[in-house]
Amino acid sequence: MTPRRLFGLVRWYLRELTGEAAYDRYLERHRLAHPGSPVLPRREFERRRTDRGDAHPGARCC
Amino acid sequence: MTIPDTTRTRPSWRSILVWTAISIAGAVAWGIIALVRGEEISAFWLVVAALGTYAIGYRFYARFIARRVLQVDDTRATPAERLDDGVDYQPTDRRVLLGHHFAAIAGAGPLVGPVLAAQMGYLPGTMWIIIGVVFAGAVQDMVVLFISMRRNGRSLGQLARDEIGPIGGVAALVGVFSIMIILLAVLALVVVNALAESPWGTFSIAMTIPIALLMGFYLRTLRPGRVIETSLIGVALLILAIVAGGWVQASSWADAFTLSPQTLVFCLVAYGFVAAVLPVWMLLAPRDYLSTFMKIGTIGLLAIGVLIVAPTLQTEAVTQFALDGTGPVFAGSLFPFVFITIACGALSGFHALIASGTTPKMIQKESQVRMIGYGAMLMESFVAIMALIAACILDPGLYYAMNAPAGVLGTTVESASTAVANLGFTISPQDLQAAADAVGEESLVARTGGAPTLAVGMSEILSSVFGGDGLKAFWYHFAIMFEALFILTTVDAGTRVGRFMLQDTLGNVWKPLGRVGWKPGIWATSAIVVAAWGYFLYAGVNDPLGGINQLFPLFGIANQLLAAIALTVATTVLVKTGRLRWAWVTAAPLAWTAVVTLTASWQKVFSDDPRIGFFAQRERYADALANGEVLAPAKDLDQMRTVVVNSTVDGVLAAFFALLVVIVILNAAWVCWRAVRAPEPLPTTEAPYVESKLLVSAGAARSAPEPAGPPAPDDRP
Repeated sequence: MTPRRLFGLVRWYLRELTGEAAYDRYLERHRLAHPGSPVLPRREFERRRTDRGDAHPGARCC
Repeated sequence: MTIPDTTRTRPSWRSILVWTAISIAGAVAWGIIALVRGEEISAFWLVVAALGTYAIGYRFYARFIARRVLQVDDTRATPAERLDDGVDYQPTDRRVLLGHHFAAIAGAGPLVGPVLAAQMGYLPGTMWIIIGVVFAGAVQDMVVLFISMRRNGRSLGQLARDEIGPIGGVAALVGVFSIMIILLAVLALVVVNALAESPWGTFSIAMTIPIALLMGFYLRTLRPGRVIETSLIGVALLILAIVAGGWVQASSWADAFTLSPQTLVFCLVAYGFVAAVLPVWMLLAPRDYLSTFMKIGTIGLLAIGVLIVAPTLQTEAVTQFALDGTGPVFAGSLFPFVFITIACGALSGFHALIASGTTPKMIQKESQVRMIGYGAMLMESFVAIMALIAACILDPGLYYAMNAPAGVLGTTVESASTAVANLGFTISPQDLQAAADAVGEESLVARTGGAPTLAVGMSEILSSVFGGDGLKAFWYHFAIMFEALFILTTVDAGTRVGRFMLQDTLGNVWKPLGRVGWKPGIWATSAIVVAAWGYFLYAGVNDPLGGINQLFPLFGIANQLLAAIALTVATTVLVKTGRLRWAWVTAAPLAWTAVVTLTASWQKVFSDDPRIGFFAQRERYADALANGEVLAPAKDLDQMRTVVVNSTVDGVLAAFFALLVVIVILNAAWVCWRAVRAPEPLPTTEAPYVESKLLVSAGAARSAPEPAGPPAPDDRP
C-alpha cells in the first residue's frame, strides 16, 4: 500500500466517521430524488443536521 | 453480493495452522498468568492471553451465534436499507459503524472498574474481563443489536414491553432511569476526586469548555461541516491547555484553580445543567468530536506503550483481600464483588441501550452484527485489560496510599504511610511524596476513584516510551484530561437522555412537559435530573466512609442489573421465536449475572458485617449516635448523621434494584413458559421479510460505492 493510498484511506475513514461526508451523500441523494431542484447550501444543511441532536439525544456509555 | 462463508468448505491447511498457533499462544499465556507464582510476570502475557482468546471467541463462538442461533440472513433487507431516509436510517459502511458504535459504548467505565478491582490481584480481574466478554458481554451486545435490528431499531424499553409485557416494560424503564442517575453520579465523583486540590488538572479541564465553545462557533459560522479540521484545532488547543496547566500551577493563579471537592460538586452540577439546556451545537457536539478523537488516539497510544514497554506486574495474582473481603478500596470478597466492580469491559448492561439505539438503524447486512456488536465489545474489553495492567504495574504501597478512603489514610504522607503499613504493604513517606512530585501534584494520598491511579500507571508507561521522566507530569495530566473529557461528555449526554426520558414520562401526565421545544419544561426536567445525580455526588463527596467505597458497588449492581434485563429480553425473544434449543447462549450469562447481582444486593442489604451491609452499617452508626459516640472514620456527630442517612439511602436503593430485576425475570419466565406450552408459535414481532437489493463488496474500502437507496419521500437532513 502506497503512503498516498494509506492517506486516502485514513481521510475517507475520518470523513465518514465524523459525518463530514454527510453533505456529499445528501447531494447525491437529492440529485437522484429531485433532479434539477435546488439543494440546501452546506451551511443550512449542517445547521439542520446538528440541530437534530437537540431533539434526538444519543446516549454515551460509561 | 458477498455473503462470506455461506457455503461450508473444508478449512484450508493454512487456516488450520494459523488457528492452531493462535490457540497455543493463548493457552501458553493463560498458563503463565495462572500458574506462575512467586516471581513477577510481564504484562505482555496478559495482552497475548486477551488477544488470543478474543480471536478464538470471535472466529468460532461469535460465528456460531450468528449462524446457528440468530440465523442471520444476508438476503434479508435491514431496516437501514428498507427505511433508508438519509437521516435516522442509512446503510453505513461496517468499519465506519464499528467506529461509531465503539465510540458510543467505550467510556470511563472500562478504565475505572479494573483499577479498583486490582485490589484483588491481577488474576480475578483478567479472567473475568476476558472470559466474561467472550461468553457474556459481547454476546449480549450482539444479540440485542440483532433483535433490535429485526424490529426496525426499537429501544430496549420498547423491546421489554413488546416481548415481556407492560410490567417488564415499566420495570425496565425505571431501571434504565435510576441506573443513569447512579452512573452519572459515580462518574462525576471520579472527576471530582481527580481534580480536587489540583490546580493543573482543574485548569486544563476548565479550558475544555472555552475550547468546545470556540469549536462550536467555528463549525457553526466559519466552516460549516469541516469537522476534521475543527477537531484538529481543538486537539491542538487541548494539548496546549494541558501544558499551560503546569504553568498555571507554578504561577500566582494556582490558588484560583485549587478547588475543594465541595466547590467542584457545585461547578459540575451547574455545568451539567447548563450543558443540558444549551443547544447541542455550542457545547455537546464539539465536545463529542474532541472526546472521540482523544479516546481513539490515547487508547492506541497506550496499546503501543504496553506492547513496547511490556512492564512487569507488581501486584500479586490473588491478594488476601480477595479471600477475606477486607479490602480498603471496596469491601466484600471476590465473589460477587469482582464481577460487580468490573462491569464495563466484561459485561455492561448499558451497552444494550446503545445496541438498541442508533446502531441497528445503520447496519447494511445482517451478518455484520457479529463485527459491530461482538467486535466492538471485544475492543472495549481490551481497553479494560490495559487499564488493569496500568494499575497492576504500580507498587502496591502506592496503590493503597492512593485508593484507600481518606478516613483511613489521613491527610499527610506520614499518616498514609502508617495506614498502608497496617494494611500489610509498605511505602515510605518520602517515596509517596516523590511519586506526587514526579507527576506534578501536591499529594497523591487518598486520590480515590481510579482515574488518578490509572493516570499514574499510564504516565509510567507512556513516559518510558515518549519523553522519559521529564514528561511524567505531562502524561499524568494528559491521562486525567483524557478521562475527565469523556466523563464530562457522558455527563452532558446522560443528563440530556435522562431529561428526555423524564419529559416523555411526565408528558403522559401533563402534556406541555412532553413537548421537546417548551423551554420551562426543558429547564424543569433538566433541573430534576441534575439534582438527582447531584444529590448522590454530594453525598459521595461528603461521605466519611469514602464515596467510591460506598457508591461504586451500587453502580456495578445497577449496570449488571441492566444487563440482566437485556439478557432476559434476549432469552425471551430466542424462546418465543422457536430457538429454545439455543436459548442457553443468553440464558447462561443471564443466570450468571442474576446470581452475581442478587448475591451482591443480598449482601449489601442483609449482611451483618457493617463494612458490607448498608443496614448493618446504618445500625452500627445509629446506635453509636444515640449514645452520643463518634465512630471512626467519622470525626463528629454531623458526620455520624451523614453516614446514617447515606447508608439508609444506599441500602434502600440496592434492595430496589434487586426487586426490579426479580420482577423482570419472573415476568419473562412466565412469558417463556407460555411460549413453550403454546400449541402454535406466538405471533412474530419481527418486521416482515423483504429481499435485500443492496450490494456490499466484502473488502471494499474507499471504492465502496455509496448505494443509491430508493428515493425517500423526505430527504431533508
